Amino acid sequence: MSDRVSVPAASLIGLLILWVVAAALTADPQILPSPVSLLGPIWKETLSGKLPYHLGQTLIRVAWAFSLAMLLGLVLGLAMGRSERLDRWLDPWLVVFLNLPALVLIVLCYLWIGLNETAAIVAVTLNKIPNVTTVIREGARSLSPDLDAMAKVYRMGFVARMRHVLLPQLAPFIAAAARSGIAVIWKIVLVVEFLGRSNGIGFQIHLYFQLFDVRMVLVYALSFITVMLIVEWAVLQPWERRVRRWRAA
Amino acid sequence: MIDVEIRQKAFNGVQVLCDVAFSIASGETVAILGPSGIGKSTLLRIVAGIDTAFDGRVTRPERMAIVFQEPTLLPWRSALLNLTLVHEGLGDAAAREMLAKVGLANKADQFPGQLSLGQQRRLALARAFAGQPELLIMDEPFVSLDPETAETMLALTEALIAEARPSTLFVTHARPEAERLADRILELRGSPARLA
Repeated sequence: MSDRVSVPAASLIGLLILWVVAAALTADPQILPSPVSLLGPIWKETLSGKLPYHLGQTLIRVAWAFSLAMLLGLVLGLAMGRSERLDRWLDPWLVVFLNLPALVLIVLCYLWIGLNETAAIVAVTLNKIPNVTTVIREGARSLSPDLDAMAKVYRMGFVARMRHVLLPQLAPFIAAAARSGIAVIWKIVLVVEFLGRSNGIGFQIHLYFQLFDVRMVLVYALSFITVMLIVEWAVLQPWERRVRRWRAA
Repeated sequence: MIDVEIRQKAFNGVQVLCDVAFSIASGETVAILGPSGIGKSTLLRIVAGIDTAFDGRVTRPERMAIVFQEPTLLPWRSALLNLTLVHEGLGDAAAREMLAKVGLANKADQFPGQLSLGQQRRLALARAFAGQPELLIMDEPFVSLDPETAETMLALTEALIAEARPSTLFVTHARPEAERLADRILELRGSPARLA
C-alpha cells in the first residue's frame, strides 16, 4: 500500500532534483528556469483565469477524442478479432492508418473539414483508433471459446454476454489501450491546437514559442502533465485495480 | 423429445461421425460410451448447437443446460452471480437455494478462483440445474476428479436429475458411470464413428 505511493513520489522528486541541478548549472533562466521560478507565473495565470480556461479547452478535446477512439476502436477490434474474414479485409487499412503520420492526418482534416472543432477532434480520433483496434483485436483473438459455447447453450442475451462474458476478458486489453491511448491523445491534441485552434494548451505553447518564452511554455506544459498524472492515478489505476479484483481474491 | 440425425461430420475432409441417429424421450437419461478421441465431444457439441457445420438435423428444446469437462465459470463474477447472470429470470433467493442444494450455501459471494476444483464443478452443476433445463448435456463431468469427489459429484448429479427429470445426454468413457446414471447406453465405435 505505502509502496504504491512512496515509490512514484520518490521517483518524481528525483526528477525534480535533476531539474534543479540542471537549472543551476545552466544558470540562464531564459533557457532553463528553475522549477521554483515557475510557481509565481503558474499562480498568476491561475488567478487571471487563463490557465484554467485553456486547460479546460484541451481537456474537453482530450475527453472527446479519447471516448470516440476507445469506443470505435473497441467495436472495430472486437469485430476484427472475432471474424477472420473481416480481419483479412480491414487489416491492410489498419496498416495504412497505423503508418500515416499524425501530422498528415491533422493537416488533411483541417483542409477537408475546415479550421474548426470537429476537424480537430476527428483528426485526433483517427490518429488513435488504429492503435486501440490493434490492442483490442489481440484481446478478441484470445477470448475463451469455452465461455462462448457456454453463453451460446444457455442463450445468454447480447447485453449480458457483452458485459459479463466478453468485456471482463478484454479488460486488461482495454486498460492497456486506455493508458497508452490517453498519453498519446493529449500529445496529438496539443499539436492540433498548435496548428489550428485559438485556445487550449497547444495554442498557448505556440504563442509563447513565438515569443521565445521558455518559462511560460513550461508553465503550460507542466500544468497539463500534472492534470494527466492525476487522471492516471485517480481514475485509470483505481479502475484497473477494481476490474482485477477477482484475480487477487 | 430430442431428435438427433447426423448423416456425417468431417473435420478438414476427415470424417469423424457417420450416420449417428437417436432420440431422447423427455425425462430419459442417455449415455454415450466410447474410447477417448472417437468423437463423443464432437457429437455433444452438435447436439448442443455449438457446432453447426455438419450434415444432418437436430431438434432440440428451448431450455438447455451444459456441463463441460472444465467448470467453465465466469471467474470475474461471484458464485451467486454465476447463476443469476446466466439465467436472466432467476432471482437471488432461488439461486441461493440452488447453491445450498450443491453444498455451496456459504460460498455465494466468493469468486470461482477461491473455490476448490470440486466446488467449482458443483457450481457448474448448480448453474445447469438452475435454469430447469428440458435438455441437460454433460461432457465427461466426472473425469480428473479424485475417487471421493467423483463419487460425491455422481451422487449429487443422480439426485438432481431424479428431482428435475430433464432429458439428459452425457458422454463418458467409464462404463460403471454410464450404467449407474443412464436409462439407455449408446456406444460409439469405429472410424468414422457410428452407433454400435
